[in-house]
Amino acid sequence: MQLINPIDAFLLASEAIELNQSVAKVAYIVAAVMFVLSLAGLSHQTSARRGNLLGIFGMVLAIAATVFGMMIDGYLWMGFAIVPAVIIGAILAARVPMTGMPELVAMLHSFVGLAAVLVGISSFLESGIEVPESEHLIHNIEIFIGVFIGAVTFTGSIFAFLKLRGSISGKPLMLPGRHALNALLILVSVGLGVWFCRVDSGGMVPLLIMTGIACFLGIHLVMAIGGADMPVVVSMLNSYSGWAAAAAGFMLKNHLLIVTGALVGSSGAILSYIMCAAMNRSFISVILGGFGGESSGPAAEVDGTVTEFSVQDTVDLLDEAQSIVIVPGYGMAVAQAQHSLAEVVRILLDRDKLVRFAIHPVAGRLPGHMNVLLAEANVPYDIVLEMDEINEDMTSTDAILVIGANDIVNPAALEDPNSPIAGMPVIEVWTAATCVVMKRGMATGYAGVDNPLFYKDNTFMLFGDAKQNVDAILSKLRD
Amino acid sequence: MKVGIPKEIHIGECRVAATPETAKRLGEKLGFDVVVESGAGLAASFPDALYEEAGCSVAADVSEVWNTADVVLKVRPPEAAEVEQLRDGQVLIGFLSPAQNETLLNQIAAKGASAIAMEAVPRISRAQKLDALSSMANIAGYRAVVEAASLFGRFFTGQITAAGKVPPAKVLVIGAGVAGLAAIGTARGLGAIVRAFDVRPEVADQVKSMGAEFLMLQFDSNEAGGTSGGYAKTMSKEFIDAEMALFLAQAKEVDIILTTALIPGKPAPKLITKEMVEAMRPGSVVVDLASEQGGNCEVTVPGEVTNHDGVHIIGYTDFASRLAHTSSQLYGNNLYHLLDEIGGKENFELDMEDVVLRSCTVVKNGEVTWPPPPVSVSAAAPKKDQIAPAEPAAVVEKKFGLFDAALLILAVALLLAIASTRDTGFITDFTVFVLACIVGWQVIWNVTAALHTPLMSVTNAISGIIIVGGMVQVGVSDSPAAILGAIAIFVATINIAGGFLVTHRMLKMFRRG
Repeated sequence: MQLINPIDAFLLASEAIELNQSVAKVAYIVAAVMFVLSLAGLSHQTSARRGNLLGIFGMVLAIAATVFGMMIDGYLWMGFAIVPAVIIGAILAARVPMTGMPELVAMLHSFVGLAAVLVGISSFLESGIEVPESEHLIHNIEIFIGVFIGAVTFTGSIFAFLKLRGSISGKPLMLPGRHALNALLILVSVGLGVWFCRVDSGGMVPLLIMTGIACFLGIHLVMAIGGADMPVVVSMLNSYSGWAAAAAGFMLKNHLLIVTGALVGSSGAILSYIMCAAMNRSFISVILGGFGGESSGPAAEVDGTVTEFSVQDTVDLLDEAQSIVIVPGYGMAVAQAQHSLAEVVRILLDRDKLVRFAIHPVAGRLPGHMNVLLAEANVPYDIVLEMDEINEDMTSTDAILVIGANDIVNPAALEDPNSPIAGMPVIEVWTAATCVVMKRGMATGYAGVDNPLFYKDNTFMLFGDAKQNVDAILSKLRD
Repeated sequence: MKVGIPKEIHIGECRVAATPETAKRLGEKLGFDVVVESGAGLAASFPDALYEEAGCSVAADVSEVWNTADVVLKVRPPEAAEVEQLRDGQVLIGFLSPAQNETLLNQIAAKGASAIAMEAVPRISRAQKLDALSSMANIAGYRAVVEAASLFGRFFTGQITAAGKVPPAKVLVIGAGVAGLAAIGTARGLGAIVRAFDVRPEVADQVKSMGAEFLMLQFDSNEAGGTSGGYAKTMSKEFIDAEMALFLAQAKEVDIILTTALIPGKPAPKLITKEMVEAMRPGSVVVDLASEQGGNCEVTVPGEVTNHDGVHIIGYTDFASRLAHTSSQLYGNNLYHLLDEIGGKENFELDMEDVVLRSCTVVKNGEVTWPPPPVSVSAAAPKKDQIAPAEPAAVVEKKFGLFDAALLILAVALLLAIASTRDTGFITDFTVFVLACIVGWQVIWNVTAALHTPLMSVTNAISGIIIVGGMVQVGVSDSPAAILGAIAIFVATINIAGGFLVTHRMLKMFRRG
């Protein structure tokens, strides 16, 4: 690398640029602000739609600015690429069922990863911007890192998509020595990076080998995680897709890409953090896969009897209760019970009962998934509360309906320090007067922990398919 | 199958075990034939004609009821003459006070009959509609206030009239069970200032919700007076001393004291001493709802209204019977639900596996089955039993350890490496990057958890900004590079269009109630 003194550097940076470029850069600032405001709009349901519109404006502005200020050529190519893509995107968005949101989100992440890889390799072949000789090394490092992150995001997201879709088993794949394998893959990538930066020509070979390794790393990382940890995987990939965009920004010296990538990256990181906190597990242990294993003694034995409830008993209970809380879990989404459930809630609300939903942060397979499903079923969002908002009201609640949830309502998390889920915040349904758990059978949840809730005196089990049971409750309530 | 309703023979008892309305449902919904003794409902204002209209047969003679009925519904425990008429296989349902009436249970058993005691219905949600004790207590609480009001020489509500000011009455309710809460509601409805006391601190919220002030005992102990059955238990001496001091202080202030303190299976605790009664203002009223169990007040005479030193003491034992129409109706409903639970005419069976029926069946086919195994449920259980997690062992601890030190060193190394590039362009880019991360961090924390899925899809759409990279690259002269750029534009655009549109679709669904 050629050394330059600071004054030269200043002169270099302050060199005048073309007017259209200058305008484009200013437009980028506006677009970046719009993206920030777009995310800020999501702080509440009332401003969320405006936030989404701001995001769209920002994006249109950014694309327009690029067309007029930054593009050298290739408008025809661009047109050929954009038009069918918009149609495909629109069809995807219109067709996806709300239960399929996790899959869609995972798939879209893979596109960002793929785009980052393509832009990186393309930029290595011939950069679309002028790269001064002095910055050649750093440009190469940026390309290398950008392609690496992009490739991990790309294959990781594809496999997350396949897992969520059920095309491959959702169970974690535990290769022996998988941590060592990951470390080795990363080390080899670093070595390839050194090779890539040292050679003057023929850098494509290490770059492509590294891309292959990163693709494998992405697959391996995701395969080792499964089940209820999927929300963390999806938000982690969300974060990666942001970092991939930011890395592309570095290689193209484009501040808009850097800012947007950083926003998205932070967003995904925060979501991952929230999900991990909601399970009382460290981020590292989640992304490295597998559950727990740090328990200090045998978990307490659960004994007692399970009391079964019939549909009629449940209806009677709902009839008597004044305040009712419903705790939905992934089982509700699987059984597609949300529409019938919403109808039940509407009837109960018409009878002047206080009905609310309690949502655990990790319920479902995507952060906030339950909220979207309930919103789709026309449940008003002001009766859908978060765990922390409603936990203290449990003691004054007459009846709780737990639908397809298990670990998130397990009292062992608070009571048994030896339980694998000890310390995980849970919805304290057992403090209410009566609790009905709708479940297929007595199987344990994702954590594989027996649930003492089922044996409590004020807990009653309503076995069977959630959808059929909710439908039966609905028809009896209507009589 | 026949259900028989004899007239209550206990002196002064006005209630009846079935009203024409409940008898009709016994027949129509559960399939029973109902026979009613002539005049059974008269005291509760239900003449025979109404029963006939409801499809019951009216028997002129009581023995016809006892001889033909398979199930006999009563209010009071059977008296000797009635027990005599029981026969093998018959089922008797009513208040039997099984805890105090072992002889009665043995007599019923000797007859080979079965008996269900309405007091023994467990206090669990499912059994609420059979809980006759609660429905009677509710009525007693209401009636107690009405009795007090009729003897009390003043308004309950405060008034300011042209002729002068009338202060509101102050009412103290001791024991916030069903009767106590009903009394609180009734007294509040009449406009009185109501205070309430209970040994179970967990009922404070219920008391407040009825509009009364909950008196807390300034007492240094964590003793709580609730049992697992939702009833009160006997308290320690220190507790009682503090309690008595509170009552004495209150007695000097309030105009009406209603006591409803009962401990199951024991004589009522003496809470209002002679001294307290004497401390009350002349014209005050004490209503002792526990007088049947001996009374909460020392000077109570069960069954009578007395005057002690200018204070009226109401010791009626039949408050519910004094509101016979309503209490018969509610009691009749309780019995209807019980017979429904038993299986109606079709599946009539005292299923001893069923927790409710097991609890209240005190004699089965000539065998005494009292007491039942305990059923534990409290209306609002004390919090400390339940939310007492021992320090969870596995909570991730926040300590500055080796890992954090390593991170710090790594961060410093990274910054030094960036500095060593001496590249203004890169350092500017990095500045923008770090600041944007911080902005993102701040903004995202404000996003409500309910919108996390839309957040993911909108960030997805925004990260399609990588299209700009594709657009810059598509214009280069090297054609493979340009093609890669075009493909990047293609996939990024799917992202942008799909992400924004699906977010829009989702957000449209969120609506306020």
